Amino acid sequence: MSNPILDIRDLHIALPPHADRPFAVQGLDLSIERDEIVCVVGESGSGKSLTGRAVMRLLPGPHVRATKGVIQFGGEDLLQVSEARMRSIRGARIAMIFQEPMTALNPLMTIGEQIDELVRIHRREPASKRRERARDILDDVGLPDPAKMLDAYPHEMSGGQRQRAMIAMALILEPELIIADEPTTALDVTTQAQILRLLKELQAKHHTGVLYITHDFGVVADIADRVVVMHNGLQVESGVADEVLNRPQEAYTRKLIAAVPSLTPGQRQAYDENDTALETQDLRKTFHTGGGLFGIGGRQVDAVRDVSIRLYRGTTLGVVGESGSGKSTLARLIVRLLEADSGSIMLDGQDQRALGRAELRKFRKRVQMVFQDPFGSLNPRYRVGRLISEGMIIHGTSTSEARRRTAELLELVGLETSAAGRFPHEFSGGQRQRIGLARALALDPEILVADEPVSALDVSVQAQVLKLLDDVRDRFGLSMLFITHDLRVAAQICDHIAVMSKGEVVEYEPTSRLFADPRHSYTRELLGSVPGRDWVVPDLT
Amino acid sequence: MTPSASTGFWRRYSRNRSAMLGLVILLSALVMAASAPLIFPGSPFALAGQPRTPPGPEFMLGTDTLGRDVLAGIFHGARTSLMIGVLATLVSLSIGIVVGGVAGYYGGNIDNLLMRLTEFFQTIPNFLFAIVIVAIMTPSIQSIIIAIAIVTWPAVARLVRGEFMALRNREFVQACVVVGMSDLRILAFHILPNCIAPITVIGSLMVATAILVESGLAFLGLGDPNVMSWGYLIGAGRTVLRTAWWVATFPGIAILLTVLAINLVGEGLNDALNPRLRDR
Repeated sequence: MSNPILDIRDLHIALPPHADRPFAVQGLDLSIERDEIVCVVGESGSGKSLTGRAVMRLLPGPHVRATKGVIQFGGEDLLQVSEARMRSIRGARIAMIFQEPMTALNPLMTIGEQIDELVRIHRREPASKRRERARDILDDVGLPDPAKMLDAYPHEMSGGQRQRAMIAMALILEPELIIADEPTTALDVTTQAQILRLLKELQAKHHTGVLYITHDFGVVADIADRVVVMHNGLQVESGVADEVLNRPQEAYTRKLIAAVPSLTPGQRQAYDENDTALETQDLRKTFHTGGGLFGIGGRQVDAVRDVSIRLYRGTTLGVVGESGSGKSTLARLIVRLLEADSGSIMLDGQDQRALGRAELRKFRKRVQMVFQDPFGSLNPRYRVGRLISEGMIIHGTSTSEARRRTAELLELVGLETSAAGRFPHEFSGGQRQRIGLARALALDPEILVADEPVSALDVSVQAQVLKLLDDVRDRFGLSMLFITHDLRVAAQICDHIAVMSKGEVVEYEPTSRLFADPRHSYTRELLGSVPGRDWVVPDLT
Repeated sequence: MTPSASTGFWRRYSRNRSAMLGLVILLSALVMAASAPLIFPGSPFALAGQPRTPPGPEFMLGTDTLGRDVLAGIFHGARTSLMIGVLATLVSLSIGIVVGGVAGYYGGNIDNLLMRLTEFFQTIPNFLFAIVIVAIMTPSIQSIIIAIAIVTWPAVARLVRGEFMALRNREFVQACVVVGMSDLRILAFHILPNCIAPITVIGSLMVATAILVESGLAFLGLGDPNVMSWGYLIGAGRTVLRTAWWVATFPGIAILLTVLAINLVGEGLNDALNPRLRDR
C-alpha cells in the first residue's frame, strides 16, 4: 500500500445520551489514496454523513462528537489539531460538496464573490489573478459563459448549474481531498449523470481523493473505486467496487443490493385491451404566477399540455419525468385536487369533470391517492385508527364496521392491529407509507393514484413497499397510476409508461417496448442517465 | 407537536423560571378575583372610612378621596379586568380564526377581499378606535368587550391566515380532500388543531393587551360606571397623586404585575410549545 491521504482508524462518534443508540459511528476504518474515489454507502441513520462531517470537524456539537480514534491527514490527526489549523485546512486542502446547492450557497453573494472570498482567505494573490482563476474553474466545470456566470446570483442558476458552481468552489484551491455528501441526490437524473461524469473527470485531472457519500448503489457502480458499506454506525463491508457490487459477502450488503430494482422490466400479466379504467383526453392546466392586482404582468406556466393517456383495468401506468415535467400536476388533476382548464377525465365513459357536488363525492370514493411524503401525509394529531377510518365514516360506514375494516386493512398492509391506537410519529417512514396505503384502500377504490410513494424511502424499505403495492393491486383488482422519477422503479412495477417532459407526454408505450426500443430522444436521454445503467444487478437469491 | 407530548410540555414549561413566576402571579390574581366577594363582601363603591386614609393597620392600602377601601377596589377590580381580558380575547380569537382561516384556506379573491377588510381595521390606531366604539355604544362591560375584540382581531386573522396557507398544501390535508371530506370538516378538525400552538400564544398575549385597553378606557372615564376596575381606581386617584399617592399607585402596580405575568406565561407557552426554537 502506498501512502493514503486520508486514514481514519477506529473512529467513534458519540450521540447525545437520550438518542436511540450510544454511537453514531463505531469503530470505522477507512483510507483514501490519492486519485481514488471511495464511496461510503448506507441507508438513512447509518452514520455515513456524520463520518464526512467528522473529517471536516463539522459535527453538530456539543453532544455529537468524536470520542475515539484518529483521522490522519497529511501527517496530522484532524481530531487533535487546533481550530485555527483546521480553518487553514478546510477549503484549501479538504473541500466539501453538500447535497443541496441552494442552501449551501449564500443567496446574497454572486458566485464570483463566493469563489473569490475562498481564495482570498487562503492565498495572497492580486484581484485580477483571482478573477482569472475563478473564470478558469467555472469553465472547467462546464458552466456556459463563465465570465458572465461570475456575476450571477445562486437564484439565477438552475440546480445543476449551482451544483457545478459548488464543485468549482471545491476545486479552486486544488485540495487533496474532496468530501461529497450526496451531491446529486437533489438533482434530476439527467443532471445527475452530467455531474457524476464531471466529478469523475475533474478528479482524474487533478488526482484528487474523493470521499463520496451516497445511498444509491447505481451511483456507486458509476464512480466508485472502493466501497465502504455502513449500517447503524458499523462498517459492514469494504472492498474494491467490483467485488462489493457483484460478489457481496455480508448478508446486509446482499440484502441491500438485492433490493435495488433491476432496469430489466419484469414479466407482466396479460390484460384486456378493451377494458379501460380511466382515460384522459387533452387535459390541460396552466398556472399563473406573480402579477399584481388583476393578474397583470404575471407569468404563465403550462404545467400540463394536452395530455391524453389511457389506464387499462388491472394494470399499472407509470408516469415518468423529471421535476417540473408536470407529472405530479397530472396526478392532482386526475384525483381532482386541482381543476383542469380544459380536456376530460373519462371514467365509465363519462366525463368526470362535469360532475356536480354529490357525484364528486362518489368519484372521490372510486379514485384514491397515496402521497409522497411519509411524514407530511399523515395528520400528526390523530391516531392511526382515526386517520384510516375517518374516510369510511363520512361515507356512511358505521363506527364499529369501520373499526373492524381498519384492523383488517392494517393487517393487510403488514402492520399490527394495535397500530390503530398509536400516533403517526411512532412509526418509521416505510410504516407510514403503509398507513397511507391503508387509508387509500379504506374506501375500496377502483383506481389508485400513487405520487412518488417510495422516493422518500430507503432502498430496502422501498422494495417492500413496491411489492406491497403490486400485491394489493392484484388482490383488489385495482388499476394504478404510478408517478415516479425513477426508471428502475418504473421498470419493476409498471405495465405501461408515459414519459413526460415540459408538460407533455412525449412517449407512451408498454414498459418492455419502451426499455427495449425508446423512440423519443428525451426517453433515450433519460434511459442513458440512470445511475449504474451498465451494472447488471447480480442475482443473489 | 403531538398530543402524547403533553407531559413533555409541562416539563418544558416548568423548567422555565420566569414563566413559572408569571404563572404564580397570574394564579394569585385569579385567587384575588375569586375571593373578592368573600373577603370584601358588599359593594367596593361603599364608603369604608375617612377619605384619604394613608396605608396603615386599618386599611392596608389606604382609602381614596371618597373614603373607599383601595384594597377592596383592587380585589373587585381583578374580577373585571380578568373577565374583560379573557372574554374580549375569546371574541377576538373567534373572529380572527374564522376570517383568517377562510382567507388562508380558500385564497384567491376571497383572501383578497378579507385581507383588504382586515387592513381597513388595522389602519386605525387601536386605542383611538376603541374609544370611538365605546363612546358610540355608551360605556358598559359589553361595549368594552366588543370594542377590544374589534380592534384586536386583525392580528389573529393575519396569523391564522399564514398558518392555514402553509397547512392547506400539506399532503395530509390533500389526503382529506381526496377522501371526500367537506371543507368545514377539514378546516375545523384537520387544519385548526395543527395551529393551536401559535393561537394559544397570541391569545395569552392578547389577554394582557385587553386588560391594558380596558384600564385605559376606564381611566378616561369610559369604563362601566357600575363596575369597579383598576383603570377606574387610577382615574379616580390621578388628581390626588401628590397628596394621596396610594390611590393610583397600588392599582397601577396590580395592572403592571398582571400584564407582566400574562406576558411571561405567553412566552413560556411559546417556548414550551415550540421546543425546537428554544434548543437552538
